[in-house]
Amino acid sequence: MAARSQDAMASPPRRTGGGVDFSALLSRFDRLGVIVALIVAAGSLALPFVTFKANRIAPGQPLGISEALAFPEGPVFQAVILAGALVALIRLPSSLRLAAGLLLIAALGLMLGVAATGLMPEGSRVARVSPAAGFWLLVFAFALVAADALARMQLGPMTRLGLLALVALGLGLMLWSGLWDDVSILREYANRGAAFRSEAQTHFALAFGSLGAATLIGVPLGILSYRNRALRTGVLNSLNVVQTIPSIALFGLLIAPLSWVAANIPGASALGVSGIGFAPAMLALFGYSLLPIVANTVAGLEATPEPVRQAARGMGMTRRQILTKVELPLALPVIIAGIRIVLVQNIGLATIAALIGGGGFGVFVFQGIGQTAMDLVLLGAVPTVALAMAAAIVLDAVVDLASPGQARPR
Amino acid sequence: MIEIDALTRVYGTTAVVDNVSLTVPRGEICVVVGTSGSGKTTLLRMINRLVEPSSGSVRIGGEDTRGFVAYQLRRRIGYVIQGNGLFPHHTVGQNIATVPSLLNWDKARIRARVDELLTLFQLDPEDYRDRMPRQLSGGQQQRIGVARALAAEPEILLMDEPFGALDPVIRSKAQADLLAIQRRFGTTIMLVTHDMTEAMALGTRIAVMDAGKLLQYAPPAEIISRPATVFVDALIGSGDRPFRMLALQKVRDHVEPGAAAGLPIDEEASLREAYAECLWSGRDAVPVVRDGALVGRITLARLTALAARPQ
Repeated sequence: MAARSQDAMASPPRRTGGGVDFSALLSRFDRLGVIVALIVAAGSLALPFVTFKANRIAPGQPLGISEALAFPEGPVFQAVILAGALVALIRLPSSLRLAAGLLLIAALGLMLGVAATGLMPEGSRVARVSPAAGFWLLVFAFALVAADALARMQLGPMTRLGLLALVALGLGLMLWSGLWDDVSILREYANRGAAFRSEAQTHFALAFGSLGAATLIGVPLGILSYRNRALRTGVLNSLNVVQTIPSIALFGLLIAPLSWVAANIPGASALGVSGIGFAPAMLALFGYSLLPIVANTVAGLEATPEPVRQAARGMGMTRRQILTKVELPLALPVIIAGIRIVLVQNIGLATIAALIGGGGFGVFVFQGIGQTAMDLVLLGAVPTVALAMAAAIVLDAVVDLASPGQARPR
Repeated sequence: MIEIDALTRVYGTTAVVDNVSLTVPRGEICVVVGTSGSGKTTLLRMINRLVEPSSGSVRIGGEDTRGFVAYQLRRRIGYVIQGNGLFPHHTVGQNIATVPSLLNWDKARIRARVDELLTLFQLDPEDYRDRMPRQLSGGQQQRIGVARALAAEPEILLMDEPFGALDPVIRSKAQADLLAIQRRFGTTIMLVTHDMTEAMALGTRIAVMDAGKLLQYAPPAEIISRPATVFVDALIGSGDRPFRMLALQKVRDHVEPGAAAGLPIDEEASLREAYAECLWSGRDAVPVVRDGALVGRITLARLTALAARPQ
C-alpha cells in the first residue's frame, strides 16, 4: 500500500494542458546542435571576430562583430548567425541543415570581407585586418553542422564530388570578386603572388610526386610481399621502422648520404640530388608513403575470400589471371584507401620540407613564424589544410566507386 | 569417362589418398562419401590437378591428365565448390562467362550460352544477367555456381560438397535440378559429400572412403545390402537400411492393378514416401496416379517385401 502511493507520487499524472512537457521539448533539440549553439554563442559574443593591426607585426586590436561591422550590416549578420544557430539547434531534415551550414560559412566569408574593407584606413598598404578566434570558431561550428548532415545523408560518391566542386566554385568566386582583397591573408598574397604560385607548384610536386613514385613501387612490392612470406616480413618491418622516424629527423638523416651521393656519383648533382633541398624532401616523403601502400596492398590481396580464389584456380585461371582479374580488382578499394592515407599525410608533411630548403607552402609558415607574422603563417597553412581536405573527399569517393559488388544504379 | 588408377597422395609420411582405383563410366554420377579427413576432397582435386598426385594416374576420356598443362586441363573440367566461390565483383553473366572467356569464345556465342544456362536454371536472363552475386539468395548463388561450371560444355563435372551450405528444402530442390541437368547434357559427374542420404539420392555409384582408402565402390542398392566393411555399414546406419532401400526405387515400377481408398500418391514418388503414407494414414494400400489419372495401387505388403534385404 505504501509502495503504491510512492509510485503515484513519483510519476504524477500527465498534465493535460497549459503545462510544458520537458522531455518532449528536449527531444526536439539536436544533440550536436546544442554543442554547436554553445560554440556559436562563444564565437559571436565572447571572442573577437577580427583583429586590426596598424602594420603586420604590430600588436593587434581585437574587435567583436558589433565593433567590426557598421550599421546596418552588423545587426543583419548577427541575425543571420542567430538564425543559423537555431537551425543547428532544432531537429530538421539533414539536407536543410547541410544547406544552412554551407550558407552560413559563405555568409561568414562575406562578413569577413565587408569588415576588412570597412576597417581598412583609406589608401593604407600596411594596416592588416586578420580573421580572429571568433571567426574561426564560427566557421568550425557551421562546418560541423554541414559535416554532420553530410554523414547522416550518406550521399553517393558522385554527389559528394559535386558538392566539393560547388564549394570550390564558391571559394573561387569569393577570391575572384575581390571581396577578400583587404583581408590580411590576401594582403600577404598580394605581396608574394609569384612566390606563392611557385611554392604551390613545389608543394604539389612533393606531395603528388612522392605519392606517384610510392604507388609505382609500393603496389608491385606489395604484390611480391603477398606471394613471398619471407619478403613480406622483411619489407613490412623495415617500412615500419622508417615510419617511426620523426619527419624532421629523417630530413636531417638524409643530408649526409645525399651530400655524399651528390659529391661522388657523376651526374647525380646535375639531376638535382643534393644534401638539402628538393631531393631529400622527396625521398623522405617517398619513404613515409611506402608503408601504407605496401601494407594495404598486402591486406587487400589477402582479403580475397578463399572460395573465390579456389574457384578461380579450379576453373583454369593462370596465376597471373587470378591476380589481375580477381585478386587485384577485389583489393582495389583497400589499395586506394592506402593511397588516400598517403596523399593526405604527404600534403601535410610536405610543409616540413621547407625546413631543409625543399620549398612548398611550408616556406610561408616558417617565414611567418620567424617574423611573428601570423597572416603569413596562414597563407601557408590555409591552402595546405584545404588541399588535404579536398584530397580526402576526392579519394574517399574514388574508393566507393572502385568497391566491387556494389549495386549498380539502374 | 574418368579412370583413376592406383592414385596416391602423400603429405609427409601420411598417405591422404592411398592407392585408389575406380572408373566412372560416361554419363554416370559417382558420389564419394566419407567422414572429414577421409581423403575424398583430395581425391577429387587430383582429377583436375589442383593437387598433384604422388603416384598413380588419371585418364579422362582415355587421355592421361599428365599430358595437359594444368590450367588448360581445368578449363575442360567443370568445378563446383561449397560456398560457390562466385566472383563478387562480376555480374552473374560475367561469372557464368568465366571459362568461355578464358577459352576466347566470341561474344555472341558467350552471350547465347549465358542466356541458355540462366533459362535452364529457371532464372530470367533479362532480370538476372546483370545482377551482382550479393543480390541473389543462397539457392540462386548455388545455381549460378553450377551454371558457371557447365558454361564451357565440359564432359565431366567435379563437385565438392556443392549443396553443403543450403538449407534442407532448397537442397533437395538443388539435387533434383542437378539430376535433371545431368540427364539433359549426359555429363559425367564426380561429387563429394559426407551425407549418405545425399549420396543415395544422387549417385548411380557410390564410393565410400575412410582414412585415404577406398572401402567399397558399388551401386547404392549393393552398398546397402552388402556393405563391404563395418565402417560402410555404420555409415549407412543399420536402423535406416530398409528405408534407404525403399528410397532408391519409384512407385511407378511396382504398381499393381486394383482399387484403394483415400488420397492417391503420384507414381513418381519413391517407395519410401508410399510406405510412409501407408503407415501414417493406417491404410493397407494407396491408390497411384499418373498425371492425375488413376493407374492402380501399391500395397503395404508389397512395400514390406521390397524393404527386406535382397537374397
